[in-house]
Amino acid sequence: MRTRRTARVIIAAFAGVLLAGSMAACGNSDTGGDSGGDDKLVLGFSQVGAESGWRTANTTSIKEAAAAAGIELKFDDAQQKQENQIKAIRNFIQQKVDVIAFSPVVESGWDTVLKEAKDAGIPVILTDRAVDSADKTLYKTFLGSDFVKEGRLAGEWLVEQTKGASGPVNIVELQGTTGSAPANDRKEGFAKAIAANPNLKIVASQSGDFKRADGKQVMEQFLKANPDIDVLFAHNDDMGLGALEAITAAGKVPGKDITIITIDAVKDGMQALADGKFNFIAECSPLLGPQLMELAKKVEAGEEVPARIETEETTFTQEQAKAALPSRKY
Amino acid sequence: MNTLTDRFRPLTGHRLFWPALVLVVMLAANTVYRPGFLSVEVKEGHLYGTPVDILRLSAPLILVALGMTLVIATGGIDLSVGSLCAISGAIACLHISEASDQNSLSTVFTALALAFGVALVLGAWNGLLVAVIGIQPIIATLILMVAGRGLAQLITEGQIITINSGPYRAIGLGHVLTLPLAIIIAVAAALLVAALTRRTALGLIVESVGGNAEASRLAGIRSGRIVFLVYVVSAACAAIAGFMMTANVSSADGNAAGLWIELDAILAVVIGGTSLAGGRFSLGGTILGALIIQTLTTTVYAMNIDPQTSLLFKAVVVIAVCLIQSPAFRARVSRRRGATTPRPTTRQPEKEQVSA
Repeated sequence: MRTRRTARVIIAAFAGVLLAGSMAACGNSDTGGDSGGDDKLVLGFSQVGAESGWRTANTTSIKEAAAAAGIELKFDDAQQKQENQIKAIRNFIQQKVDVIAFSPVVESGWDTVLKEAKDAGIPVILTDRAVDSADKTLYKTFLGSDFVKEGRLAGEWLVEQTKGASGPVNIVELQGTTGSAPANDRKEGFAKAIAANPNLKIVASQSGDFKRADGKQVMEQFLKANPDIDVLFAHNDDMGLGALEAITAAGKVPGKDITIITIDAVKDGMQALADGKFNFIAECSPLLGPQLMELAKKVEAGEEVPARIETEETTFTQEQAKAALPSRKY
Repeated sequence: MNTLTDRFRPLTGHRLFWPALVLVVMLAANTVYRPGFLSVEVKEGHLYGTPVDILRLSAPLILVALGMTLVIATGGIDLSVGSLCAISGAIACLHISEASDQNSLSTVFTALALAFGVALVLGAWNGLLVAVIGIQPIIATLILMVAGRGLAQLITEGQIITINSGPYRAIGLGHVLTLPLAIIIAVAAALLVAALTRRTALGLIVESVGGNAEASRLAGIRSGRIVFLVYVVSAACAAIAGFMMTANVSSADGNAAGLWIELDAILAVVIGGTSLAGGRFSLGGTILGALIIQTLTTTVYAMNIDPQTSLLFKAVVVIAVCLIQSPAFRARVSRRRGATTPRPTTRQPEKEQVSA
């Protein structure tokens, strides 16, 4: 097993070198062939990339759901580049797919290509991330998480937990990538929720860029600058996981001395929650495949769909995490 | 006044004076903001405090910047170091995560050897492109910078690999004689590079290649071989830095590990006073540069500067550092201010001073 892995690594090394040579050629290997001729619904989907475990689970969910729903999926990986995504959407239009869905890499700059899709009569569904187009008729619906709600759920749980507290509760916040929608919205939702209790106070708030290493580095300084931290609110699991190490190194017990609330519920985060190191996670589910397929069928059939559809999500306490962990997909 | 300036001239004329001053000013500003900033205590048998954090966190950057210094001294540049950090960390963590006993020393050493070996091969690939095939260094290493990120994600299958290995963790978080192991490794690497370049003719040869590769070749130096070598050394440094980064958080993130560290490393080299045009280099300056960059980052967190303005804050400090270091700029400022007491000499002679 180990030697096979080693072999894989070496093969990967060579593949990478080959890849470097043929970078110009890659991109839309999945989009060839004709389509739209038979009665099977054809869905063209352009994914952001494979930047995180969350995104990989998102991709898997969409692929599996398409297969289960009998939908022909044309999948494109944009590798975090808007131009790749625009190219992919134009390809989908040329191939006359029935429905186009995509997770926009960035918020702006989509009007032209969305107009082309509209002119071609192909309905578009946005998943996970929104676009800032003024013309809302350019796409049928936006299926994704409500980040404000996630922040609010996290805040509401804390308000509930600290109802009896008489003294001030010092909160530190690890924000996501500065300016990104999830960071802005989760911050906003959380701040609104904790306003219900004047004892709850955010004493420090910094960007950890959604990364473990940065979350840890920021937490180290938080701990040194603020001797009495009661609560950590991290905008994703990874930053919380990084902060765990900083808290332990400072001689404190995560989950007990410092209450930790995060968002996402990826596997490592759920494990930490089940182990009692985290206290609460508001889920941000990547498993929107089945909902997307249902929507695709509806818009194909010309049915009216709401302009905004939320992903089905929940929250986890330590006990719920223990119960849910064995069946987690990501 | 004039005699005072003259007395301090040997000090202020030293090429490392200005970066060192910047570092001291930053630490002082932090101490004013929070008096406990510089305090260090012993916790669980090792030193604990912000200065220790700065040293530990700057270790990977010091390593990468050391390799970068040599590459830049030959007139080249290595953009692939960030991706190499990610690849080496990913390979090591993948190997450890597959093992039955993650705490076994042999597993960890095999993982390190495997990852280090792959990094050397990739460094040789860079060297080959630059030295043998003659591609511009910025383009040659750009290939691996882009493809390497993909390669790292291929190895991790797009996931974050979490490991639970005591020995591997020690590379990033362990302590020896109460000091973080990471900084000891970085200092050891720095001493090794310094010994190799300053106690032998190697440093001089590197500088001569950077000054004029063709002239060096005609003088009997195998320029190509030296250029090839520095890319391999740079990759080796990046690999060790990659181990530290992944060990620091016990996980390999192919997408985020070492992201943009090539830019920080280039900045550290420049702050340290090495010219991007190649030629003379300063290892001590590079280390100071790396410490300045890490202190800057820590300052943002310690002072809780708003994330939306922190990038601007960093940029302003970097510009200030670069301006202070520029002899032309300093000469202009002092000429304007001290119009009545003109400075007799320009700052040309200081360029002749050599320091390791």
